Amino acid sequence: MWLAAAAAALLVAGLGLALFWIPEVEGDPAFPIFYLHVPIALTAYACFGWAAWKALRLLWMRESSYDLESYTAVHMGVIFAILTLVTGSIWAKYTWGQWWVWSSRQLVLFLVLFLFYSAYFMLRYSVEPGPRRANMSAVYALFGIVLLPVSFLAIRLAEDVIHPPPVVVTREGPQITDELMLVFVVCLAGMLALAAALYTNELAGKRLDGSLRELRESLQ
Amino acid sequence: MTYFADVATLARKDLLLELRSRDTVPAMVLFVVAALVVFNFSVPADAEERASYGLLWIALVFTALLGLTRAFAAEREQRVLDGLVLAPCDRSAIWLGKGIAVVAFLLLAEAVALPAFHLFFEPVGLELVAGVLLADIGLASVGALLAAMAAASRTRELLLPLLFLPLVIPVVVGGVGASIAEDPGRYLAFLGLYDAVFAILSWATFEYVVTE
Amino acid sequence: MSSSDKFIAGAYLVFLAAVLLYVVIYSFKISRLEREVAELVELARRRRAA
Repeated sequence: MWLAAAAAALLVAGLGLALFWIPEVEGDPAFPIFYLHVPIALTAYACFGWAAWKALRLLWMRESSYDLESYTAVHMGVIFAILTLVTGSIWAKYTWGQWWVWSSRQLVLFLVLFLFYSAYFMLRYSVEPGPRRANMSAVYALFGIVLLPVSFLAIRLAEDVIHPPPVVVTREGPQITDELMLVFVVCLAGMLALAAALYTNELAGKRLDGSLRELRESLQ
Repeated sequence: MTYFADVATLARKDLLLELRSRDTVPAMVLFVVAALVVFNFSVPADAEERASYGLLWIALVFTALLGLTRAFAAEREQRVLDGLVLAPCDRSAIWLGKGIAVVAFLLLAEAVALPAFHLFFEPVGLELVAGVLLADIGLASVGALLAAMAAASRTRELLLPLLFLPLVIPVVVGGVGASIAEDPGRYLAFLGLYDAVFAILSWATFEYVVTE
Repeated sequence: MSSSDKFIAGAYLVFLAAVLLYVVIYSFKISRLEREVAELVELARRRRAA
């Protein structure tokens, strides 16, 4: 799998550079987490976007094979969302001393998305497999991708009225030099490649399950 | 335009059913008032008074959930939904008819809840009422579609809150903001945006939720 | 190791652990698939013989 090899190469290079090569950032010694946390977050968005695209294709083309692809993409997205929350939480603990800060827009957004897409699985488990379930899952995935920007806007608006922010969360990023940008892009590309490799893997596994079931039924 | 005639027929059917059976709206009214009373006992003494606006919105969201859980119950019991889907009307008319009925139920419940809130807790201003009206549209749009999904599932009443709550977080933000912010216009505009976006999406995708 | 390094290491380790966990889960899945294929091959053989 070339994708997996590319992912490995890019990630090792990118994260290695992040850990050892770039200069330390003033005021935020834990900054290298940025190179892990942000690519993971962006990859999660990409997975949910991919799931929505496959969902749209399913509803458009009425082609049921897209259901598995959409489902696997949501699965990947949720895994990366959990990783985003965990790495974000670790960074928050270091920077602000608490494991959770409601004033971090990205963390709150991911919490909402995590809730939403977890409900996706509940939906799938409580409906009989078939075209009906595929349709409903697809519609739900589309709602998810629309919810993403709407929630982000809501969270931003909420800052003015909810919980006076006890912690000032404007993370003054460092000057983004070309080197920092390069390392970031490499890490991002690696993370996306990793997600793509895992997605392909998982999809193949699920398809194998389906084929084996079919084979078993025809042999018995 | 037969589309709107269909919608009107469907909405009238739901409203008439409710008028005769009188089970959903009284339950919603009683629930929201009971919730407000519970809130009195749940807020600490030194809490900011404005916190009660937040509680009002929670109560409204859960009252909507209560009404929505019953939304497709009648159809499911009589297997009427299959018949409706087979009928030669645009499926989205089912959604619109149901949505209108849910808004009506919510308005009735709120006609009691808002004065009660005004009496028990904090003053109810014009912005709050505007927020509630806008929120009703959003809650009903999204709710009618999700209720149809839940009706097709095995777990039904258990599933609807799980699907509903994450999606309506923006409505709560908009509503609370409209109630307490210095500049409620932003929040009302946001509610309008939410309504527009999700109503269109629900209208366009409802067909797929009820068919194979 | 300074305290900031500990947190950085923690975050990276969590990521590594997640990827490795995925690998482990997948290896279980593959052995299950192997077993199933072997069963089906056996079934097919018996079918052919009969």
